[in-house]
Amino acid sequence: MIAVFDICILIFLVAIAIIALSVKDLLASAMILGIYSFLMCLLWAEMGAVDVAFTEAAVGAGVSTVIMIATVYQTSRKSSD
Amino acid sequence: MEFIVNNFNYWIYVILMMIGLFAMIAKNNLIKKLVGMTIFQTAIILFYVSIGVKGEGATIPILSYEQVHGTHHVEEADHAGEDDSHHAQADLPEIDARTITNPIPHVLMLTAIVVGVATLGVALAISQRIFHFYGSLDEDVILAKIQKGDG
Repeated sequence: MIAVFDICILIFLVAIAIIALSVKDLLASAMILGIYSFLMCLLWAEMGAVDVAFTEAAVGAGVSTVIMIATVYQTSRKSSD
Repeated sequence: MEFIVNNFNYWIYVILMMIGLFAMIAKNNLIKKLVGMTIFQTAIILFYVSIGVKGEGATIPILSYEQVHGTHHVEEADHAGEDDSHHAQADLPEIDARTITNPIPHVLMLTAIVVGVATLGVALAISQRIFHFYGSLDEDVILAKIQKGDG
């Protein structure tokens, strides 16, 4: 565990979580949530949980981004808030 | 200050969890609520993985070849004859648990990630049905249509 790396990623995580919730475009929100998941994956590899890290990269960042984009294309892309 | 830096993972865990909870309650759009739910779930996973961390010097929970099979050579084993197994056991180095992060929270959270994606998939499918029924993903519009008796 590297303290500086850890703190940098954690601050990025909070910023990106707030950005993902505040953008009005739902497609952008889905992509930023993908960035959030990959940052989480980086954090877990850094904390020594490699199995959780690659599961998050494949399932959390990959599959959930894809199904969220599919839903945005099936429905509307605009959000009121 | 020391207290904040040493437990930074837990502070961020609390902040992310509250961001997710706020989004689930206060956001109007159904997809935005699901984004909040994903952030909430990953915050809980962050908490559990942080429990297993053991500070400086602890590595990933994978043993090297020497730690499993011992350090003795093949030709020595041929000479040893009948007390070969006894000899091999004596050669095994000590494995210090403090040098390995705790893998039990990791394994628990592995299932939590998969369950989280399954939950997200079902929720997105339901919100697609809601969109085809009411023509909107906005909570206010849907509630107004329900109260008017539409659909």
